[in-house]
Amino acid sequence: MENLESHPLPDANKPEEKGLFARLKKALQGEDLSIFPILLGIVLIWAIFQIANYHFLSPLNLTNLMLQIAALGAMTVGIVPVLLLGELDLSIGSVSGLCAGVMAVLNVKAGWSGPWAVLAGILVGVLIGLLQGTLIVKIRLPAFIVTLAGMLGWSGALLLVLGNTGTINIRDKFILSLAGTFYPAYVGWIVAAVAIVAVFATMISDRRGRIKNGLRTTSLTLLLVKGIAISALIVAAVAVMNGNRGLPSDVVIFIGLVIIFDVILKHTTFGRYIYAVGGSADAARRASINVDRIRITVFSIATTLAAVGGILAGSRLLAVNQASGAGELQMDTIAAAVIGGTSLFGGIGNMWSALIGTIVIGSISNGMDLLAFPSSIKFIITAIVLVISVTIDAVTKRRRDAKAK
Amino acid sequence: MPEKNEEPLLELKGITKSFGAVQALDGVDFEVYRGEVVGLVGDNGAGKSTLVKCISGIFPIDAGEIRFEGKPVVINGPKDVAKLGIETVYQDLALCDNLDVVQNLYLGREKTGGLFNFMDEATMEKRSSDVLKGLSVKIPYVRTHIASLSGGQRQSVAVARAVMWNSKLVLLDEPTAALGVAQTRMVLDLILNLKKQGLGVVVISHNLADVFKVVDRMVVLRLGRRVGTFYPKTSSNEQIVAAITGAEFGSTEVAQPVAK
Repeated sequence: MENLESHPLPDANKPEEKGLFARLKKALQGEDLSIFPILLGIVLIWAIFQIANYHFLSPLNLTNLMLQIAALGAMTVGIVPVLLLGELDLSIGSVSGLCAGVMAVLNVKAGWSGPWAVLAGILVGVLIGLLQGTLIVKIRLPAFIVTLAGMLGWSGALLLVLGNTGTINIRDKFILSLAGTFYPAYVGWIVAAVAIVAVFATMISDRRGRIKNGLRTTSLTLLLVKGIAISALIVAAVAVMNGNRGLPSDVVIFIGLVIIFDVILKHTTFGRYIYAVGGSADAARRASINVDRIRITVFSIATTLAAVGGILAGSRLLAVNQASGAGELQMDTIAAAVIGGTSLFGGIGNMWSALIGTIVIGSISNGMDLLAFPSSIKFIITAIVLVISVTIDAVTKRRRDAKAK
Repeated sequence: MPEKNEEPLLELKGITKSFGAVQALDGVDFEVYRGEVVGLVGDNGAGKSTLVKCISGIFPIDAGEIRFEGKPVVINGPKDVAKLGIETVYQDLALCDNLDVVQNLYLGREKTGGLFNFMDEATMEKRSSDVLKGLSVKIPYVRTHIASLSGGQRQSVAVARAVMWNSKLVLLDEPTAALGVAQTRMVLDLILNLKKQGLGVVVISHNLADVFKVVDRMVVLRLGRRVGTFYPKTSSNEQIVAAITGAEFGSTEVAQPVAK
């Protein structure tokens, strides 16, 4: 519909705005701008920590920051679809520990080769998700209770798997390479170039499709600004990593997962149905969507990516022990997704919230470490950040609901 | 108005349905012609919803015959009904607030293609715009989320979604409930538009004033039976209210309950 002005919303009885602001507003209409406040938040957090400690924004520390969040990030990619359904999964911390434990035991004690041990660990994650998802969907147990039980049960299973060995050190080359490889500078630049070409190619083909169908398009200027901004971010990120040891493999895996699942959410019917079920399960059912299958699959994705996260963490720390997957990891995944803009109430959010949210959580944690804050203060500050982000989420939802009435 | 001697689009004969000891429908006949708007009215518990659910395949009927386009049909569930070209728009709309208009119109029937079977957004958006334009539904932009639409616009999207898949008959359950005057007007216009396009429309409503404005014929149910058929041109509001409540035709007095 091109003649937008001729069909104003009935409740649009606000006086007309003129000038630059109005033009900007019109140009940005239909664009998703929810990402900007969070980006601003990151800039603010980084500025504060940089002022407090000038090492914070060094290539060394920023690379470390990314290494620290890769495992958490992979798990957050898995929790986002669960939140989109309006559900919770409290088990993924424990599941990540258990799956890493299974991998370590099979590799070190049973002598399995690295790739098979990793696959087995991931398979355990898949099966746990299928089991929990089936209990939640078919027997209609609350996800909260099933995954809370999982939180306890799977950490018990980790202790069982480890037996009387408290810590298993990993020496397998393949497993260690998952998180411990730094690619030479030229690889980083090739990746950056491919990513930039992909960004522009997607935008151009999308625009062509819309023009061909006579649909409204965003202005070329805006598109160009968007493309250049994204490219600048990619170049900056690669430059920073290359300024230190190079692009780390686990960061590549994490961001690769974000991109793959972003495409799934945006472009496949499966992704669309996740949003539909999160918005209104009844409406989805009436549209003959297999709601049960969607929900079980999503719970399985969460635990599968928990396994991937656990394995990356084990690979980075060179060991799996009784405390793997314990502590604040579980809460951090949910906090990261919500901080990144995925609603706890279902139906709203996207995959990039996993990247942005983990960067926020990771930055706060890393910055406080640099400033040598004690754990007590760190826990309290992380808790406050979580409460603030959930508050923003709840207030936004209330406004949205009020507007809908 | 339907031509004389034309076969009905949908014809029900002697539909009976009971839930345990409760006789919800007792030998109900019902018919809709192409390009006709039929109002289905009655008090709470008269059997309107049950009849609609029997037509839309949610409830199996106990006895009776259903003919569609002249041929007897067996309905074993909502999917059979959709295949015939009958769509139902329920009161609670069944839209996803968090999705936009295009996504809702195509929910469950997304157009996909290409190497990875991705959704073809541009084609879906184009067709959605065209369908809404064809029905004269005014939505500011088809990429608007349902949450920011007015009640009338939502109802219009729900109706558009029901008719955009080559439907022949659409059942609307309380389409104007909870709508303001302007919004109601919008939905009634849409109903007349559907009629113009040759669809059969059944409007289930409590609101006689609204129904009067658009229907060609009004069927009154009471206690599971069809108790009368009225034409807006020749019938008065009082007559219909009398039929709904069970008072004598032509009398506005309500029958007195038997003394205890």
